[in-house]
This record gives sequence, C-alpha cells and structure tokens, in this order.
Amino acid sequence: MASTTTQGRFAGRSWRESLEPVVLPLGAVLSALVIFGVFCALAGANPLAVYGSIYKAAFGSWSAWQNTLIRASPLMLTALCTALPARLGLVIIGNEGALVMGGLAAVLAGLALGTSLPGGLVLLAMAVASLVAGGLWIMLAGALRHYRGVNETISSLLLNYIAIALMSHLVQGPLRDPAFVSKPSSYEIAEAAWLGNLPATRIHWGLIYGLVASALAYILIQRTTFGFAARTAGGNIRAARMAGLPVGKLTLAVCFLAGSCAGLAGMVEVAAVQKRLNESIVSSYGYAGILVAFVARHNPLATVLVSVLLGGILASGGILQRSHDLPDATVLVFQGIVFLCVLFSESLYGRLAIFQPRAARPDGAVASV
Amino acid sequence: MSDRNHSFPLSRRQVMRGLLATSAFGLTAKFGTGCAQSSDTGGEAATDGAAPEEMVVGFIYVGPKDDFGYNQAHAEGAAAMVANVPGIRLVEEASVPETTAVAETMRSMIEIDGAKVLFPTSFGYFDPHILAMAEEFPDVQFFHAGGLYQEGVHPKNVGSYFGYIDEAQYVAGVVAGRMSKSGKLGFVAAKPIPQVLRNVNSFTLGARSVNPAATTQVIFTGEWAEPVKEAEATNSMADQGIEVITCHVDSPKVVMETAERRGVFTSGYHADQSPLAPEGYLTGAEWDWSSIYTSLGQEFMAGKTLMTGDIPHILRGGLADNFCKMSPYGPAVSDEAKADGDAAIAAIKAGELVIYQGPLMTNTGDEVIPAGSELKTDDVELEKTDYFVEGVIGSIS
Repeated sequence: MASTTTQGRFAGRSWRESLEPVVLPLGAVLSALVIFGVFCALAGANPLAVYGSIYKAAFGSWSAWQNTLIRASPLMLTALCTALPARLGLVIIGNEGALVMGGLAAVLAGLALGTSLPGGLVLLAMAVASLVAGGLWIMLAGALRHYRGVNETISSLLLNYIAIALMSHLVQGPLRDPAFVSKPSSYEIAEAAWLGNLPATRIHWGLIYGLVASALAYILIQRTTFGFAARTAGGNIRAARMAGLPVGKLTLAVCFLAGSCAGLAGMVEVAAVQKRLNESIVSSYGYAGILVAFVARHNPLATVLVSVLLGGILASGGILQRSHDLPDATVLVFQGIVFLCVLFSESLYGRLAIFQPRAARPDGAVASV
Repeated sequence: MSDRNHSFPLSRRQVMRGLLATSAFGLTAKFGTGCAQSSDTGGEAATDGAAPEEMVVGFIYVGPKDDFGYNQAHAEGAAAMVANVPGIRLVEEASVPETTAVAETMRSMIEIDGAKVLFPTSFGYFDPHILAMAEEFPDVQFFHAGGLYQEGVHPKNVGSYFGYIDEAQYVAGVVAGRMSKSGKLGFVAAKPIPQVLRNVNSFTLGARSVNPAATTQVIFTGEWAEPVKEAEATNSMADQGIEVITCHVDSPKVVMETAERRGVFTSGYHADQSPLAPEGYLTGAEWDWSSIYTSLGQEFMAGKTLMTGDIPHILRGGLADNFCKMSPYGPAVSDEAKADGDAAIAAIKAGELVIYQGPLMTNTGDEVIPAGSELKTDDVELEKTDYFVEGVIGSIS
C-alpha cells in the first residue's frame, strides 16, 4: 500500500522507467564534461577554472543570461524546422535555407511597403511574408517526398544552397544598395519597421517569438487530433494510411509549419539585427537548430531548454579564448562533445537492464542487481 | 525532460542520422579551423604592478588567427602593438560571426575585461554592430579597418583606417610580369567590389608596365571563403597555361598550395604565404598592421583619443606610410625581376610613380582616365572602381 501511493504519480510506470529519461541525459552531460575536461587539461588549461568561466559567462549574471538568451532565440525557431517533421518520420535539414528565404521575403515586404503603413503593420506584413516563404520552401521538400518519393533529407539540404545562392544573387544585383559599400546588401528597411528589444533588456523580441512558437508547436503536436494524426503517421505510415489518415496533407501541412518557424527566424534576424539583407544572415543558425532538435528528441518544449543550453555554450566561447588562452575552436569542441554524448545516450534507451520494469518478479528479488 | 518522450522512441537508424547531421554541422561550422596560440594575453588577472595605468585593447577577428590571410595579418599587428608599447594588455577573440555575436563580444570585452579601445577587424562588423556599440559606450574607442567612417554621420568615438594595398599589388604585378614568359597571369577574386577590382587592375597595370602584352585572367568565386571553388579556379588557370597566380580572398592558403602543387608561380596576399609555396612563391602584397597599430598604441598611452580629436578619424596610407609591404622575394625570382620590383617600390614611395595614369582604357574599350590626367592613390574616385582595365580577361557581372 505504502509503496504504491508514493509511486502513484508516475501513473503506473515503474520508478525505474521514470528515472531513465532523467539519468541518461544527465549522465551524458557529465561524461561530456569529463571528456572536455581532459581536452582542456591537454590544451594547458585548468578544467575546473574553465567550467567556472563557462558558467559565469553563460549563466552567472543577468548580463550573461541576456547574452545566452540572445544567442538561443534564433535556435528555438530553427530547431522547430527539424523537430516538427521528425514527428512525422521526416528528417528535414533545410533550416538554413528556410531561414534565408524568410529573411528575403521579410526584406522584400519591408522594402515594398516602406513607410506607407505604420511600423507595426509593416512588421506584421514582414512576419507573414517570412512565414509563408519559409513554409513554402520546406513544403517543397515535403511535396517532393510525398508525390515523387525524393529523399527529403537530401532535397532539403540542397534547397539550402539554392536559397543562399538566390539571396546572394539578389543582394548583389537587383536589391543592392550601392551606397552601402562594406558588403553587397539590400536597401535598409525603414526604421519604423525595426524589431526592438524587450523592455529594459538588450534581448530582441525574437525570444518571445521563439517561446510562443515552441509552446504552440508543443500544443499542436501533443494536444490536438492533428498532432495525434501526425505522430501516428510518423509511427507507421502504412498503418496511418489504412486508418484513413490524409498522410499527404499532413506531410505538406507539417512541413509548411516547420519551414514557417525557420522563416520567422530569418525575419527576426533582418528586422532586429541586420536591418538589411546580406550574407550575414547565413550564420549557421539553421544547422545549429538541427542539433538542438535531435538533442531535444524533437520535443518542442525540450528544444527551448536545449537552445538555452547551446546559447550558453556559445556565449562562453569568448571567455575561453580571452581568459584561458584556449583556441577559438574550443567552443566547437565542447559543443560537439556535449551533443555526441547526448546523442549516444539516446541509443541506450531501453537497453540498460537497470531501467527495465521487473513486472514478473517481486521488487525484493531485483535488489541484488 | 518530458515524460511524453515515450511516444517517440528513437531507433538506432535515427540516431545514426543524427550523428550524420552532427558531423555535417561540424563541417559547415568550419570545425577544422586550426588552433591559434595566443602568446601575449596576460591571463585573467594581469596585475604585474609595473604599469599602474594599464590599457586594455580588444581585437576581434572573423576567422581563425592563423588563417594565412586577413585575420592573421591583423593578429600579427596586434601582437606587435603589445610587444612595442608597454602598458597595453591585449584581449582577443577569433571566429566571431558578423551577427549579434560580435555585439556581445564587444560588450563583454568592455564590461568584463574593461577594454577602452576595440579593434573589430572584419569589414562587416561596422554597420550595424560597431555603430550601435559606439553609441552605447561613448567613452570607448572603436577602430575599424575599412575606411567607412563618415564625418558627422557616425559617432565621434569611431575611427577607421585602411591601407592602399593595391600599391603592393602593382609591385607584385611588376615581378609577376617579369617572371612570366607568356605574360599569362591569373587572379582568383572573391567578389566584384571596388577594393578587389582595384587590386586586379593595379596588379595588371604593374605587369603591363614591364610586359605590355601581359593579361590577367580573373575568376570570381563569389564568397570570401570558398576553398573548393578557389582550388577549382586555380586548377583551371594552371590548365590554361597561366604562369603566375595571385588572389584576393580571405585566406589565400588553398590558392597558394594548389598552385604550388601544379608547379605554377604564386604571388601572395594579406600575409606572408611563402611557407605554403616554398618553391613558386614570388612575392606578395601584405598588410603591415604592425607599424600602424604600434603608433596608435603609443597615442593611446599618451592619452590621445578620437573623441578629443587628437587621433584623426580616418587613417590611410600605402607603401610609403608602412600600411602595406611586400613579402620577401622567393628563391625563384630572377635578379632583373627583383631590380624592377625594387625600382617600382622606390618610385611609389617617392611619389614619382602614379599607378592610374591616362589614357586608361577599360577592357570593354571605354576610356576612364583621359590622356594627360591621373588619379593618385588617395583619390576617392578609385574607391568607386567598377571596371577592369585593359589587359584583364573577365567581366564584373
């Protein structure tokens, strides 16, 4: 009686099973810290001091938190571009391209409207344009997959290059502002249509976009029939067809939503950071988003946490160079080790005997394991 | 972690895909960019006690500090500043992208390290990042390589400096023209912006000053760092029988190494690349940031600032002002080529040689400088260069 009431909140799952999703990621992060510590020691730095600096630079103060959140906000949006289709069983890695297309559409909308409308409406138009452009871009990969059987991973990857080339062509040609000499860039969007910062911070509104989009994506996937249908199709596409689910429509819709999120990240980058379109928009936010999605196991709420973690790692990159004389690639090494460890830990789910339920035996019998 | 994850267990195949995606990311994020050793930062607490008025100077680079190119040139200059000016402490950060990341780096250098002077060196840092930071921190000086400062438009604490490195490219052209029997030269260029075009033109004019039949084949790669295309361009030039190859890309490493392997002469850019091409390296147009950074460092220590007007907002110069220099001649360079090169350096330094003299025709047959007139190195007209001179094979669009 006593033992069942304490475990009652796990709704019938054994405590061993419930521990698994907590212990494995923690173990993975701990192993990563140990491996990276060895790396630091080999590079001539004191690992504990390095970890202290990383913590201080990423989460040690409100200023450090702002630094972290600024870097995390585009990742939240681009991660959804991989996370959502993954629930359908699709591996989409066209985040970078969708982000670029979103930025391009946002700039086009912003420049076309200019100052003819109030700034808020121009921003809204830019956001809608980026959502549609990014959405259509990834929907293209989804449509190729559904109608023609083209591998969506390859096609979405290749679409990245097309998007970047298209953007480069436009900013070096028709959209180019000849007065801006430092690099080929589009004309600047009107100041009224700039996306500002959250009150009393230096974090732009992109963070809120990211949080809202992640929450909406979570509700959509976990709490609606649409999401249930998508997950069913992801689990077994033939069974889903047999059950009469519109797999084609689901594919297109989910891909559209996924691309919209990355597209919105492009709009934020243009409206809040660069104020014009140029190659600076291609800064690997899309590829980092793929990592975030995989580490978060494609759970739209977990992507928020992982984005903040990665944002923190990126925010600490400078201090590693400046205070510990570590090379500039160190932060990438750390990032790579953390993600490899977490991804490896994924393969351990259900394999470690200690986390398996012992339904057949009484509890006392497994104490010796 | 959510307990809902069980609705989506990962198969081993998906994990493999994840690993592939990870390594793909590693490649795109230029995982393999080497390791730079910073030899001169004083560590966290540089309380040597010797210099009570320590001045913290921050340098920010867009790529690694040992790229054999643009960033290495600046990093060497920064090291020289610290070595030559007592009391300066250097903080450095490499591989900082032109996004909010550079703004955060500048802020962190100012707030955590107490930097009073910043040198964010990449061209693309200027607008909007440097301008925004300069307004927020009016007592910190920002120096930017690129000559983009506009009086009255930009904040008072922003300065810019740049060298007329095309003078060095002219000399490199003289040497290349002498060393090539057929007069066929090649130029791997990143983007058709005025600076790049000017380098191509000066290189060609230099070559044609000693060999009027010389031509320069130009191939644009489209990006500042595009190693695959740079190698392709270099190979295709070698296939065409081009005898000397130079370039204007962020890191000339790939061009130099590829050309050396193909047995083609090379002429460097940004920094000294002779270790990459020990046999075929002729000379090269190098930035010489050491002298300018050292003299700026001395002015900082003397209490001079941009804000009070003691340091000019725009600093420019060429070979004569030590803003740029030539790489030492390689072993293959003949004595007469050395003599011609040295003569050109002397004439430019003395102000006797003006590179852009009329009549000057473009390679499409238009006259840009009429007979009897000339454009001196510091003429702003040259900063709008949007043409190739006669002798260049290639088009801008």
